[in-house]
Amino acid sequence: MAITFLHTGIYLTLILLSVLVVFYAERKVAAFMQDRLGPMETGKFGMLQAIADLLKMIQKEDIVPEKADKTLFKLAPIFIFAVVFTGFCALPLAADFQASTINIGLYFVITIISLDVIGLLIAGWSSNNKYALFGAMRAVAQIVSYEIPVGLSVLAVVITCQTLDLQEICFQQSTFINPNSSTGETHNYLLGIKALGVDVSQWGGIFTWNILRSPILFIAYIIYFIATLAECNRAPFDIPEAESELVAGYHVEYSGFRFAIFFLSEYAMMLLTGILAAILFLGGWNSPLPNIGSLKLYEWTTGVPGTWASIIWGIFWTLSKSILALIVHIWIRWTFPRLRVDQLMYLCWKVLTPFALVVLLVSSFWKILSI
Amino acid sequence: MKYFTDILAGIKSTRKGLSLTLVHILQARHRRKNNNVANSNYFNEQNGLVTLQYPAEKLPVPDIGRYQLANEIDDCIVCDKCAKVCPVDCIEIEPIKAVEDLGHTSDGTPKKIHAAVFNIDMAKCCFCGLCTTVCPTECLTMSKEYDFSTFDITDMNFKYSDMTLEVADEKRKLLAQFQAEKEALKASAAAQKPASVPSTEETQNKENEAPKPKMVFKPVIKKP
Repeated sequence: MAITFLHTGIYLTLILLSVLVVFYAERKVAAFMQDRLGPMETGKFGMLQAIADLLKMIQKEDIVPEKADKTLFKLAPIFIFAVVFTGFCALPLAADFQASTINIGLYFVITIISLDVIGLLIAGWSSNNKYALFGAMRAVAQIVSYEIPVGLSVLAVVITCQTLDLQEICFQQSTFINPNSSTGETHNYLLGIKALGVDVSQWGGIFTWNILRSPILFIAYIIYFIATLAECNRAPFDIPEAESELVAGYHVEYSGFRFAIFFLSEYAMMLLTGILAAILFLGGWNSPLPNIGSLKLYEWTTGVPGTWASIIWGIFWTLSKSILALIVHIWIRWTFPRLRVDQLMYLCWKVLTPFALVVLLVSSFWKILSI
Repeated sequence: MKYFTDILAGIKSTRKGLSLTLVHILQARHRRKNNNVANSNYFNEQNGLVTLQYPAEKLPVPDIGRYQLANEIDDCIVCDKCAKVCPVDCIEIEPIKAVEDLGHTSDGTPKKIHAAVFNIDMAKCCFCGLCTTVCPTECLTMSKEYDFSTFDITDMNFKYSDMTLEVADEKRKLLAQFQAEKEALKASAAAQKPASVPSTEETQNKENEAPKPKMVFKPVIKKP
């Protein structure tokens, strides 16, 4: 019980800290891309801007529209955040740091991502506002569609790793052997081709990451990345929140703390998909530095599982990889204009889905090469 | 085939767009420093952040520009030309003729009038600069100050008179006394020489005449 609370506390703190960092980065990166300075007044270089915004939102009046379905209206933000936060419990942040050690963690997380849709629909429906309902409808159509390429690209990883256990997937990308291994895979070959005869099992680092264990997964990662952009309602796929046409989409009627919760869960969702991508494709808690001869860079910067160093390094690497992915999200957001609905669906069903199917096929053949 | 060329075009334009914003991010290390438009290098500086952190950093103001009006009251001869030429009537002047000698302005013009009130309402001002061109002693000029926004609009009515109400009252009394003395002097002079009293006929004629149109005051713009 105490361990559960400890985990909850640590995960919540890490999420909040990462969201603060990403929120600040969002403003600064946007400003730099547009040749502006961004926030400069709150604290040195405006570093307290995110905290100032949070304080502002907490002070605001809590408005519930009179014609809204009050129960559902109040429930929606809590529901969405609860759903996203539940997703985190299956994510291993380090070798020995996972809130819930479930062996179908990947399946669980993918399900949780879909559940988010219900929260959005509740919010849009209960607001009793045309913009909110439009936004919610669009969000549902978009997220349900983009489940398909996400699922297929994740399946490509499952084929390579032969498991749904996220901790096992991380261990396969390390030089260490999972004590609870269900697959018994211990050897990694360069680019996943046994015939090359280069055993990289002890190199570690970037050479044992999934994108290099099976290079076709790099394309899977790109498909996953684009699809998660759409799942998080991020620009250029932000038609559910399209400011210029729908004001704010499903959360248009929300204010103050409830809006802050929406905001938080949106960023937490991005972080969730970012961490999942880091685990599936970019080595999870593994350091990117390989061992070079007697220079054991990988072991120094990852730590042996079971030690405190490994937990701290693990959390550091997982979070930095996912935050890096989120910064690319921001980069994309401030570069591209919004897609039209038909373009969005075209991209999903006619481009991403067939390509994901091909990647799935190729990765299963690639798996044969490594046996 | 169009399907694949479309995808390829999409990838290419995506890369192009991302590289464009990336270049801007990399250039964000520099800030544009050449803020003075008078600088010959001004238009050559194309890259870097443009933000000006206003109260801390300010753009240099050109030497000849129309900003806040400033009046050097010691040099003012209270000629009222500025108030007359002002198209929006933002200058309010209450002159009191001086009885004593007021001395000279810094350019040697004799001062004869006190300014009991000399207010310039910058909230009304249209920044045409006419008042500065008609000013004979060049005491009314446009300064380089442009940030004079206030919380209360009445604070934008700038008061240039250095005369307190009591002093103004005293001067008014002095003037009234002086005029009374003058009238008395005139009356006694008239009493001594009661000649040339206009005939009643003449006065009637004068009354029948249409009143002459009042000369409209037209301040002249000095030739440089």
